[in-house]
Formats: sequence, C-alpha cells, structure tokens
Amino acid sequence: MEKIFSRPKSLKKAVFHYCPGCGHSIIHRLCCEVIDELGIQDRTIGVPPPGCSVFAYYYFDVDMVESAHGRGAAVATGIKRALPESIVFTYQGDGDLSAIGTTETIHTANRGENITAIFINNAVYGMTGGQMAPTTMLGMKTTTSPFGREGKYEGYPIKMSEILGQVQGTCYIERVAVNSPANIRKAKKAIKKAFQCQLDGLGYSLVEILSPCPTNWKMSAIQSVKWVDEVMSKEFPLGVIKDTTGKKDVN
Amino acid sequence: MPPVTYRLHAKKTMSAPDALLALLSALKWRLRFTVAKVLMTGNAAIGEAAIRAGCQCYFGYPITPQNELTEYMASNLSRRPGCTFIQAESEIAAINMVYGASVTGVRAMTSSSSPGISLKQEGISYMAACQLPGLIVNMSRGGPGLGSIAAAQSDYHQSTRGGGHGDYRTIVFGPSSVQELADLTHRAFELSDKYSIPAMILGDGMLGQMMEPVEFKHEAPAQLPVRANGLRGAKGRPSRFVRTFTSNPAELEELNWSLFRRYQLLQKNEVSCENYLTDDAQLIVTAFGIAARIAKGAINEARAAGLKVGLFRPITLFPFPQQQLKELAKNTKYFLDFEMNMGQMIDDVKLSLEGAGEVAFYGRPGGVIPTSTEFLRVITRLYYQKGLS
Repeated sequence: MEKIFSRPKSLKKAVFHYCPGCGHSIIHRLCCEVIDELGIQDRTIGVPPPGCSVFAYYYFDVDMVESAHGRGAAVATGIKRALPESIVFTYQGDGDLSAIGTTETIHTANRGENITAIFINNAVYGMTGGQMAPTTMLGMKTTTSPFGREGKYEGYPIKMSEILGQVQGTCYIERVAVNSPANIRKAKKAIKKAFQCQLDGLGYSLVEILSPCPTNWKMSAIQSVKWVDEVMSKEFPLGVIKDTTGKKDVN
Repeated sequence: MPPVTYRLHAKKTMSAPDALLALLSALKWRLRFTVAKVLMTGNAAIGEAAIRAGCQCYFGYPITPQNELTEYMASNLSRRPGCTFIQAESEIAAINMVYGASVTGVRAMTSSSSPGISLKQEGISYMAACQLPGLIVNMSRGGPGLGSIAAAQSDYHQSTRGGGHGDYRTIVFGPSSVQELADLTHRAFELSDKYSIPAMILGDGMLGQMMEPVEFKHEAPAQLPVRANGLRGAKGRPSRFVRTFTSNPAELEELNWSLFRRYQLLQKNEVSCENYLTDDAQLIVTAFGIAARIAKGAINEARAAGLKVGLFRPITLFPFPQQQLKELAKNTKYFLDFEMNMGQMIDDVKLSLEGAGEVAFYGRPGGVIPTSTEFLRVITRLYYQKGLS
C-alpha cells in the first residue's frame, strides 16, 4: 500500500504542548512540510519567540535560536548577515511583531533583509493568559480590556501586514488563516512562496496567519474556527497584500 | 610585512567587482599602515584593532562620544568581503544583531555610550544566558539620564555587576590610553571566546576622542575565525538550539553554577593591573581608566615634592585584581580611591582590602574632568593629615 501522508522530516517526534484547537501545531507542521519540500533543512535557522511557541525548538528539527521578546527580526538579521547562505525565518506572535518588536520588524523589512517572517495573529497574548494584544478586535473582552476594547481608550487593531506593504524592502506579504482545510492549503502555499522569495534573494517576506486561540478566546475549538471566519477575517481580510515576485504560485 | 593577499580572505567564488574592491582595500591598508605607529582617536583604534582581531560584524547606533568608532567601521568594515556593518534602528536592535551573529560562531561587536548601553542591557543578559561571546564598547559619559556628553566613569557599577537582569557578569576592561584600547580590544575578543562570556570595554568620552600614537600588534587574520559550536545549519549533524528559557529551575541553576565557575577561573587566571611606584609608597591611589592618567600626573608631582605616593590601576575591572591590591596593604594601610563618579570602584577596593587598609575617596561626577593639580592638593592634604612622611 502506498503511504501518502506522514510526519515531515523536519518535524521532531514530539508531542505538542499546545492547547486543543490552537493553530500553532498546524503552522509548525506546514513550515516543516515546506522546509522538506524545498530541501533546506540542513541550512535553515529558525528564530522562535517568547510566548506559547517558545518551545518551537522541541518540534522543529532545524537549528534554532530563541530571541528576546520582539527582537526576532534583529536576531535574524545578525544570523543572515553573518551567514548569508543560511535560510533564516522568524516565528513571531502579534504582541511580539506588532507591539514590542514593531521597530525591529519595520526596519528589518525596510533594509530588505533576506529573511522570512511567520507572523501568528491570534488577537491576544496567549502564554501570559489572554491579555489584550495590539490586534485584539474592537469590543473584544480580554483580561486587560475587561469592558471590551474601545478604540479611543485601548486603541485600534493594528494591521502590521498592511503597514509593511508600504515598506520598500518587502517583496511578499500575504495574510492567511488556518481555520479550515481550504485555508490551511492556502496557508501552506503562502509559506512556501515566502521561503522561495528568500531562496531567490528577493528581500523580506512575511506570512500573517490568523490562528485560533480557543483557551483565551473562551470558546470551543469549533466556535473559534468560526470566529476567525465571521469576525477576525472581517477586520483582517485574507489575501495577498504585496507581491513583487511576478510569480502567482510556486507549486 | 605579510603578502597583500592576506586581505583577500573571503569567498573563493568572489565576483569581479568584489575582488577589485578587496584589492583596493588591501592597497589602502598597506599604504596606511606602513609605519609602526599611527596617530588615531581611541574610537578609531578600537575599530582597527577589532578588524585585526577578525571581527566580522559590527552593529551600532549613533551616540556621542563614540561615533568615530561607528564611522570607522562604516568606512573600513562594511564593504570588506565576508563582513557586515549595519547602522541599526536602535541600540536594542544592534545588540540583538550581535546576538544573532554570535550564534553563528563569528566575532561580532557593538558600541555605544552610557544611555545606549542601558538599552543594550536586555541583549547582554540574553547573551550571557546563551553563553555567547561578543564585544560591547562603552565610551561612557556623565549620567544619570541623558546626562552630558563629557567623559565620566559613572557606569562602573552597571558594567561590573552584570548590568541587565539575572545573575551574571561580563568580562570588563578599563583601558587608560589609546594603545591600551587597541590591545584590550584584541584581548577582549580572545577572552570572550575562551570563556563564552560577553566582554565589555569601559572607556569614556575623553579616551574615545583623544588622539595618541598607537601600534597594532596583530595583522588581520587570513581566515575570519569561526567557533566550532556556532549554529550554522544542521548539515551532517543533528539540529541544535540555543535558548535562554527553561521551565526547569534546576537546569537554570546549573547554568548559573557553570557561569559562576567561569567567573572564578577568570579571577584566578585573567586579572591584570598596573602597579606604579607602589614599592615604597605610604599612600596608594586606586584609580582606573582616564582617572588613573590624571592621578599619575598628580603622583609624579607628589613624588617630586618627596611624598611617597603610588598608584594601583586595575586593568580588568571584572574580574577585579583583588589579591594584587590586598598584597599592597602589607606595606601601607592608607589608600585613596579616585574616580570620576561619586564612588563606585571604591566598593571593590574595600572588598579586596577586607579591612586591611583605610580607604579615603575623591571624585568628580557628572562629566567634570578633575585636573592633576586639583588631585595633587587632595593627595597632599591626606598625606599630612595621616602623618605620613
């Protein structure tokens, strides 16, 4: 019998610590599949963040170095500049990339550093227990916006991908989601294209991934995937935000 | 002189423009350093010494009084084959770039001055946790806050006590001349690599900006050094990771012990200091860096007037030369600590002496530069107050 589905080579044999319904494990898998397909496992260096995915190095079977909160882009810059033949990706959450690390992210993108960012947007700070993130929806209740996020008081959901689309050094930015099989397939294509951009030396590429967090959203797994469709992707519309590659698809 | 080719150390498959650039750079180099000694600012001397130590990456952010170093690297490192210079968006980004570069096993550095060094502390703590070498240069200025741009020594505590969060130290050097800045830059890279601990040069605005003749004792290496434990992709070996976070306190305790043992080894093997006219001294001045230069002037005048005064100058500030200082307390019990702050190194002086001597203090904080005449008065007054002859 032909084996048509198995664990990617770049994914270690470990049990994920993530909550049921969390998007991280799906995204880890997608990244590993892409790394396998591109044949870059032995020259890839990943930069995981503090947060729920701090233990990404237990799952990715590639060299990894943990960065301080928000500094992933700067750390990745250091790695890529010291070792230009390596394939470097950061794995960053919304608090990481669009709050504490905004400066590093924008300037790394603006220098056109030839790296790839996997940007997980789940609208909350997950590991610290569900505080408001810069990407939290208006009206959404979190532990630090207990009355519901109000634009004039707590600020508005920030759209980093659109901001980065204005930055000259970026070559490819797409927003995807991992809440349905169809979206997961699109997400994988986007991740592959982003890595391909790096292989082609085109500059900074980023894939924003809307990812469910049932625990902190206080929903069931089923409710949370629906919420991504019905609420989150209204605020953060899916699709290509910037593409200077001239290629529609790398598959 | 070594052959011209020593500068052409990068990739074998170099493109024609790169090769031309490398050749021009080599010629420029040879024209510039055909004499033994050159006149340079302290800041530029550090840059030159770093390049000759095989530093591959420099990341910085402008701040006075260390800009000459950043500028030197922009001119002399940025287009060298295999090397990188980035003017980062902040000091925080710069130190994290050093962190990233150091992870791959190459020699990397950053520089700043006091307020910028405060921003770098996060990254330095992470480097200490990951046991990553690297060089941080602090051409310090008056503080607290934005302070002044004049030379001061107010960052002694921050430099020698770790500076960032967590239980760690860095290897800290306190040079007092442009020559020493160059020599210690080389030594800092070596010790940092040897012990896997970040190293710091604690200079000041005056040292950084003054010009003195300097001789470079090392040639740039033909091959840029790369540490064997660098993270360069899992080719032909299992993947590895470098991390600072652990959910197991026992594991972190083991890291702290490992660091602590290395600090003990540093204390045992790597301290350095200068004893100046201390053999018959009845009063010993303790001072580091530029303050020690000022003190020497005062001591020479005091000697001319017949006062038996000497100088103890630590060159490594961490590890502090404790035994070497305590040894001096066998001959005299009178010490005068002199710093351009309100008294920071005096803590280490007292801890080293363990009560074996009396320690007086004179300091000028805020970026005010004391003169040797002013300090001579302090010496003379104390000398006679204590009934020394």
